Amino acid sequence: MEFVEKARIMDGMRINRALARLASEIVEENHGAGHLYLVGIQRRGVPLANRLADKIADLEGERPPVGVVDITLYRDDLSTVGANPIVNRTDLPIDVEGRNVLLIDDVLYTGRTIRAALDQLIDFGRPRRVQLAVLIDRGKEHRELPIQADFVGKFVPTKKSEIIKVMLDDIDGEEAVAIVERPPAEES
Amino acid sequence: MKATLKQKNLLGIRGMSAGEITHVLDTAENFREISEREIKKVPTLRGRTVINLFFEPSTRTRTSFEIAGKRLSADVINISSSSSSVTKGETLLDTARNLEAMSPDIIIIRHPSSGAPHQLARVCRASIVNAGDGAHEHPTQALLDALTIRQHKGGFERLRVAILGDILHSRVARSNAHLLTTLGATVALAGPGTLAPPEFASLVEGGSLRVERRIEDAVADADVVMVLRIQRERQDKAFLPSLREYAVHFGLTRKRLSLARPDVIVLHPGPMNRGIEIASDVADGSRSLILDQVANGLAVRMAVLYLLGGGAATTTPNTNPVSQVKSENESATTQAEQLKFAVTAGGSEGSSS
Amino acid sequence: MKLLIANGYVIDPTQGINGGRDVLIEDGRVVALSKSGDGAHEGAEVFDATGLIVAPGFIDLHTHLREPGQEYKETIASGAAAAVAGGFTSVCAMPNTDPVNDNAAVTSFIVEQSEGIKLANVFPVGAITKGSRGEELAEMGEMKRAGIVAVTDDGRAVPSPGLMRRALEYARGFDLTVMDHCEDKSLAAGGVMHEGEWSLRLGLRGSPALAEESDAARDCALAELTGARVHLAHVSTRGAIEAVRRAKERGAQVSCEVAPHHFTLTDAACEGYDTNTKMNPPLRSREHLDVILEAIADGTIDAIATDHAPHHADEKALEFDHAPFGITGLETAVGLALDRLVHTGKISLERLVELFSVNPARIFRLEGRGTLRAGAWGDVTILDPDLNWTFDAARSKSKSRNTPFDGWTLRGAAVATIVAGRVVFTRDEVKAARSGGV
Repeated sequence: MEFVEKARIMDGMRINRALARLASEIVEENHGAGHLYLVGIQRRGVPLANRLADKIADLEGERPPVGVVDITLYRDDLSTVGANPIVNRTDLPIDVEGRNVLLIDDVLYTGRTIRAALDQLIDFGRPRRVQLAVLIDRGKEHRELPIQADFVGKFVPTKKSEIIKVMLDDIDGEEAVAIVERPPAEES
Repeated sequence: MKATLKQKNLLGIRGMSAGEITHVLDTAENFREISEREIKKVPTLRGRTVINLFFEPSTRTRTSFEIAGKRLSADVINISSSSSSVTKGETLLDTARNLEAMSPDIIIIRHPSSGAPHQLARVCRASIVNAGDGAHEHPTQALLDALTIRQHKGGFERLRVAILGDILHSRVARSNAHLLTTLGATVALAGPGTLAPPEFASLVEGGSLRVERRIEDAVADADVVMVLRIQRERQDKAFLPSLREYAVHFGLTRKRLSLARPDVIVLHPGPMNRGIEIASDVADGSRSLILDQVANGLAVRMAVLYLLGGGAATTTPNTNPVSQVKSENESATTQAEQLKFAVTAGGSEGSSS
Repeated sequence: MKLLIANGYVIDPTQGINGGRDVLIEDGRVVALSKSGDGAHEGAEVFDATGLIVAPGFIDLHTHLREPGQEYKETIASGAAAAVAGGFTSVCAMPNTDPVNDNAAVTSFIVEQSEGIKLANVFPVGAITKGSRGEELAEMGEMKRAGIVAVTDDGRAVPSPGLMRRALEYARGFDLTVMDHCEDKSLAAGGVMHEGEWSLRLGLRGSPALAEESDAARDCALAELTGARVHLAHVSTRGAIEAVRRAKERGAQVSCEVAPHHFTLTDAACEGYDTNTKMNPPLRSREHLDVILEAIADGTIDAIATDHAPHHADEKALEFDHAPFGITGLETAVGLALDRLVHTGKISLERLVELFSVNPARIFRLEGRGTLRAGAWGDVTILDPDLNWTFDAARSKSKSRNTPFDGWTLRGAAVATIVAGRVVFTRDEVKAARSGGV
């Protein structure tokens, strides 16, 4: 897929500051790191979850457990995508039962990914509460389900024809957030 | 990025690329943890209809496919027939057409005749999964064997695999031969002279498949030893004098196994004839991964159902007529053409009377 | 009734004729051949054969008409219609009907049925043994009186060499050719395709070439021993051809035929498990096909015979293991031979006429056939060697559709068939071109 990059809105330093602020907000809201369980959504939610866990460890002296979920098998649009998306690893080393689960993803757009992640979590057990932290929120007008993020790194209003591309060292070899123009014939 | 099996069906390993095979294995690896959860279910194939159409008795494979489908939330229906069309009265194709009328999404078929899944694929819009057809192929078995091997050996490049037993009648041997050689392993087959014909080496091009006369020569230095089940009826049809002789001269004993590498692993597709093709102490020994194979079988079958069934099958069946074979020398000027000129030029002769 | 076939190019190897001639037929017999243009006759119907080949009527030595007993697959009527549509003026009907044609009553039935139809000539072939069970000799003398032209147990071999010897000696006394289907069942061991690389790959039981070759060697040796006339049906292997060649060199009266699918397809065609690639003897590997092509050209193979074996669609729709053996062939044989043998430069048109007409008549001693001599039967096959056409199985005159050649485009076809001076078939293309002619 060929993208046309329109603008870079964050670089590595700004991402890092946003994550630092999120970590503070998270421990403030949850009165510490006590029952926290960070769950990164494949793929880019995973490195973000690990970084947040490290920052929370710096603040509170204890690192909350980190798990990863791949929501592919819970998607509601499998029959329309044609070829099946790749299934990545799901690994929840600690039981979710009774925990304050914090779902972490890179971009919040329609909310369907989070809906799938919630269904998946419930299949694993009954968390005490579930919250959502995202690096970028594309804005309420794009939401197709009643889902909101509790912790947002940056609000970026966008058009439907645009995509937010989050790039992280672990996966993309660089750190940046860019707005790109969706190529004309693409399906979401 | 999306990737999938290129075909709408899984009829055999032959024809799959190394990339496709690896993709199935990777997907299967990620499905394993579902079986370790408390709620062993994901909603992926919710609302899909999966039919297990088994014309050969097989509790093991059928149960594996059934559980795989159910863990993906599909509706799984088991249809068994203990005999083939001929004695039952309804042909395979009639059975298929009747099923087709109920719009199944996936049909899993095991049949004693090679080519039965191919015939279904010509008639049904559903995706067809071959769970074993005659002596032809058993693709999910080879895939689960490969997954098991990969978990213990890391990769396949230059791996030495021995497959022992009734090669001639074995669909497991064929599927494994295709898969392992495609991924870069070398395979040595061995068994009694009637059941392991040397011509078998030509199954795969490139020389990575060979046939040995003696079990010992196939097992020597092997990283993996795969033991096939010997069936009693081979004795009736003059392929073997007795099972006892088989056990003594071709069975995998501890002594024969000691010729392999020290970290060799032992696989068996099951069910085992203890004391015949495999000694009990080998079957239960630390090198044996027979139970791992079962767990991997479930993961592989879930992966296959996901890769075939997640997207609705919208393609029309392939009617596959025998395609016209090109004639050689198509441009040769022939006597016929010369004659044509002679004829239209007013009847002058070639050789005259 | 007079018919003049005018302006055609006549190929008659029995008279060494290879050139433009007119052919006059009266009351079912050839009167004379004359120079092109000279043949105009009062009161004769004229068939304008400009640009076409005129040959003595083609004879299929090996056709399964299925009547009596299996009329749902084919009848004498539908088979004869398919025959003339394929350019055949005569067919020899195999005895594996139900009941088996092993007695004069069944032979007479077949003769009567075919006379009423007035399309191709139908020559019944009687069984060698009662019920073709390979145990006791059938009444060859009685059957000959009723009209058989040869004997065979086709569908299977006569398993016992001793019994085969008796059969040859007995048949010799009635001047009957014995046609044998060479297959040692114990070697064949239930094989459904050729034993080779492909049978291994497809997981199907294979029948080795040796199953045919060993019986062929036996039959050739018995032919030498008894001095009888032996004709090997549908040879498909190098070994059978070599046995025939050696036997001929030693002066034995051995002949053999090949079916078009054996010079066109190899066992690779079985990939996909289409049961229209299942026949007996099976499609063989490339090495055997190459030997067949050589032998067709060098004269070791005497005739092309279709082994037309109609089966109902339901029967062929079974699993490869269970589907019956056989494919149809009457309407594709000539096209395949022209396309694959003549147009590739392997044989001449003259040789083609020998394979389809001259030799078959000789092998089964069919008097006055296979030739256009004065006094011969007025059976003529008209060919257009350059006509490009596509075989559409759905429009076949046969009742059955079991063919692997559906949709094939071939160069060359029989375009008209004349039996006893009556034009019984013309291709649509020819009809359109000849308004006012026939």
